[in-house]
Amino acid sequence: MKLNRRVFLGSGAAVSAVLSAPAVFAAGHGKPRVVVVGGGAGGATAARYLAKDSKGAIDVMLIEPSRMYYTCFFSNLYLGGFKEMDDLGHSYGGLARGGVNVVHDWAVGVDRDAKTVALAGGGSVPYDKLILSPGIDFVDGAVEGWDISAQNAMPHAYKGGSQTELLKAQIAAMPQGGTFAMVAPPNPFRCPPGPYERVSMVAHYLKANNPTAKIIVADPKAKFSKQALFQEGWADRYAGMVDWIGEDFGGGNVAVDPGAMTLTIDGEETKVDVCNVIPAMKAGRIAELTGVTDGNWAPVNPNDMSSRVDGDVYVLGDASQQGDMPKSGFSANSQAKVCANAVRGALMGSSVFPARFSNTCWSLIDTDNGVKVGATYEATDEKIAKVDGFISNTGESADLRKATYEESEGWYAGITSDMFG
Amino acid sequence: MLARSLVPLTVVAVLFSGPAAAQGDAENGQKVFRKCTSCHQVGADAKDRVGPQLNGIFGRAAGAIEGYKYSKSMRRAGDDGLIWTLETLDAYIENPKALVSKTRMNFRGLDDPQDRADLLAFLRDYSDNPADIPEAEPTAEAHMLDPAILAIEGDAEYGAYLAGECTTCHQGDGADRGIPSITHWPTEDFVVAMHAYKSKLRPHPVMQMMAGRLADEEIAALAAYFKDLE
Repeated sequence: MKLNRRVFLGSGAAVSAVLSAPAVFAAGHGKPRVVVVGGGAGGATAARYLAKDSKGAIDVMLIEPSRMYYTCFFSNLYLGGFKEMDDLGHSYGGLARGGVNVVHDWAVGVDRDAKTVALAGGGSVPYDKLILSPGIDFVDGAVEGWDISAQNAMPHAYKGGSQTELLKAQIAAMPQGGTFAMVAPPNPFRCPPGPYERVSMVAHYLKANNPTAKIIVADPKAKFSKQALFQEGWADRYAGMVDWIGEDFGGGNVAVDPGAMTLTIDGEETKVDVCNVIPAMKAGRIAELTGVTDGNWAPVNPNDMSSRVDGDVYVLGDASQQGDMPKSGFSANSQAKVCANAVRGALMGSSVFPARFSNTCWSLIDTDNGVKVGATYEATDEKIAKVDGFISNTGESADLRKATYEESEGWYAGITSDMFG
Repeated sequence: MLARSLVPLTVVAVLFSGPAAAQGDAENGQKVFRKCTSCHQVGADAKDRVGPQLNGIFGRAAGAIEGYKYSKSMRRAGDDGLIWTLETLDAYIENPKALVSKTRMNFRGLDDPQDRADLLAFLRDYSDNPADIPEAEPTAEAHMLDPAILAIEGDAEYGAYLAGECTTCHQGDGADRGIPSITHWPTEDFVVAMHAYKSKLRPHPVMQMMAGRLADEEIAALAAYFKDLE
């Protein structure tokens, strides 16, 4: 009753790869070369799995400017005082030891005809397959009055690291009874529950240190991820502190003045002490420079995450437009493993198994009060489509909420070791 | 009440084979219980010994007796929502590890569905809420996995690929903080555990969802991979 792997073969590309196995598909040179741009949940995972599973038969290069990676996931827990910044930092040493050539540089351009990636430090590197996992950048002019030059006065804190540290320092410096404002982003954006977990964590900090402070959220959306769970938690734990202004009340009609520290919502100006502006998002700029974006995102084929416009370029994670999966570290990690399996098959003739994806997002509302949402996904002709899902319930027991939080800590340890070795 | 309790039984009947046992015989169940008495007490003055006392077991959450030191696995199962019912008790005493992987209950299990039905009929006399247990349904349902499912030889290479879905959460080095370890897991224990999630006998929404779309061959492939994982 041994399973015949051939029954799984899905795409035409995969079939041809297996029929010609075990040929090595490197055009006129030695080892096949894969260049991965971006060392986050998508890129680090893809690089690690390609190096690990090809056992050195594929030359894997990771281009990532940062020496240390600070995860954006769990950064809200740092704002709430549950984690130190050091807890969120990961070096690329594990990937280097695992056979990945880690190059700390910026990819500044891609020549898809010559199949080379240009580096900011000079020169260019060739590839047979290119995997882009650049995360997000912000849409210019998305919030009136804000641009990247204002990010110190009004931090986005939506990429891990220094911005998160800045926002925490600003919250700590708020006067008693002061106002924390957030401008929430429109869909689609990285980490759908993220802004609302952040509100919870800021409220947790303020309740202990500045209990008369207020939180205002201006939101262009009429509803948001895990809304019932968050609103139950805010009413229960932080009564009277959080004022969420959704689309119906003009939450999408906002302007800021970083010099005067004012936020104007639907024509009404408010003086604020901290203003966390999370603008509308788009794929990391290298995706656009590569010419694989359509609008703000890069459309991909759901069976292997290859670009719709170039079969030798793959786009993972937040930057991709794939269908139903949320933009999350978990999703990027899941997509990376499907992609790595397909790329290895294309280059080495190894078995290509059918795509299967999953995601779970945990959020912390208060001490020992965790909730989660998740789903499984499959590749259809049209998109990555949701198969099944679940969400935590309102009114759950304290024991279950505590177990859910502990589970999220286990997941953090799991995914970071899956990414970095 | 009756309609709701029939739903999981239907699912179980599809996925697990074996005849449904008739109403248990409490008198014979008392004899079967002798296998349990080295660790468990039931009845007036019953105390926690090696195992917890079993008065009021029906309808109780797993791991719920204050002061008794349960395994981490059992406490977690209780937090996840495992309630001791006819169904879950039957599955547990048939093969403890199928339901709670690292239970401290060192018992190989009762294969005979009639013995289990009798034992449960005996134990239910010591529960406060027998009204919760409908008289009309059999006191026990056989949960034995079809031996053909256990006999499937898994494809470890496919298992390695599928395991990518596990290692996003379960740590590769075997650490078990917050999320259980899944390394060095004997094949049969792994297979019965996955099928118990798939049939929703085991609680936990993520695992029910993940196992829910695994075909029998895929569970075997994962088992083959994790068996040999260093």
